[in-house]
Amino acid sequence: MKHAATTRVLILVAAAAFVVIGVMRGEVGEVLKKSIRVCLECIGIG
Amino acid sequence: MKKKKDGRWAIQSLAALATNSHLIGFFGEKINIYKGSLKSACVPGLNCYSCPGAVLSCPIGALQAVIGSRSFNLSLYVFGFMLVVGATLGRMVCGFLCPFGLIQELLHKIPFPKKWKAFRGDWPLRKLKYVLLAVFVIALPLLLVNPAGESSPYFCKLVCPAGALEGAVPLVVFPPTAAGAATLPGGLTLDLPGGAPKVELIDPGSATRYETGTLFYWKISLMLFVVLVSVVIYRPFCKYLCPLGAVYGALNPVALYRLRFSEDTCIRCGACARACGMALDPTRQLNHPECVRCGDCVNACPVDALSMGFGNGKKGEALSAPQGGRQP
Repeated sequence: MKHAATTRVLILVAAAAFVVIGVMRGEVGEVLKKSIRVCLECIGIG
Repeated sequence: MKKKKDGRWAIQSLAALATNSHLIGFFGEKINIYKGSLKSACVPGLNCYSCPGAVLSCPIGALQAVIGSRSFNLSLYVFGFMLVVGATLGRMVCGFLCPFGLIQELLHKIPFPKKWKAFRGDWPLRKLKYVLLAVFVIALPLLLVNPAGESSPYFCKLVCPAGALEGAVPLVVFPPTAAGAATLPGGLTLDLPGGAPKVELIDPGSATRYETGTLFYWKISLMLFVVLVSVVIYRPFCKYLCPLGAVYGALNPVALYRLRFSEDTCIRCGACARACGMALDPTRQLNHPECVRCGDCVNACPVDALSMGFGNGKKGEALSAPQGGRQP
């Protein structure tokens, strides 16, 4: 159980770092750009 | 024994409604998906961002969008988000927050003479979702790029029945306009000549024409297959196909929100295993990657040997069954 808790903390620290780096390098804008248009592939005509 | 109530249906319904709260998208006269800044954030569950009601992005769609873009080869933002959610909640997201999980559960409520809890090949087939994650969500968008350096979201394009049900059905099969044309975001025109079965999307800028063809009918067929199988098998998409479930499942054994088992209290009646829709035995497979944390085992236990919550709970209720566990 202690092993699971340690693993969880390490994953959360790494994940938080990933999110911050991802935001800093502009990935959020890429997500927004794609998601505000109808995804033709998703609806089967792209 | 009377089943205990846990309010899960209310939470699932509220989560589905909150995820798809752009209601004008469903009932307006024009195709009008939400275009606000909220969509730069992801929802924890699987919900197509082309659903007319969606106010947040699907993490699997967003992951492929960034991987398949010209500027990036991987998405630390979306992957980090999935790790945070997975390490905190695990597959509790599947059991409580995922709109497509709720749809499958409702379909499974439909009476049918023979429901399949397990069948030959059931457990090997559950590995398929990991293959789909590796191949269709990561490898293909990363490797199959066009000359402009962009690629398609291959899981959404070729597999995802949630996209077909939540996006294609309201936008193409039952579009907001009964006939004539409607303008889509980006200048695309949805042309429905006299209600003809063939639907065309026309881009006036580039004169590109999109129309329903083999891909559309493949996606609709796959969606109908999943819908029909959901009546017989509990959550087939979650068990066999969902790449988001694969990520959260891998984190289930270490997630903060967890199932707890008191071996001393257990009377070994087997009620929990019989109640589990995912065909697990919680006394041997606690916090298994396949557990969607629906809590049916907790509600079925006559002596309260199982509980669910954040952390290990009070002292003396610590885990005493193997973590993860092997398939039967």
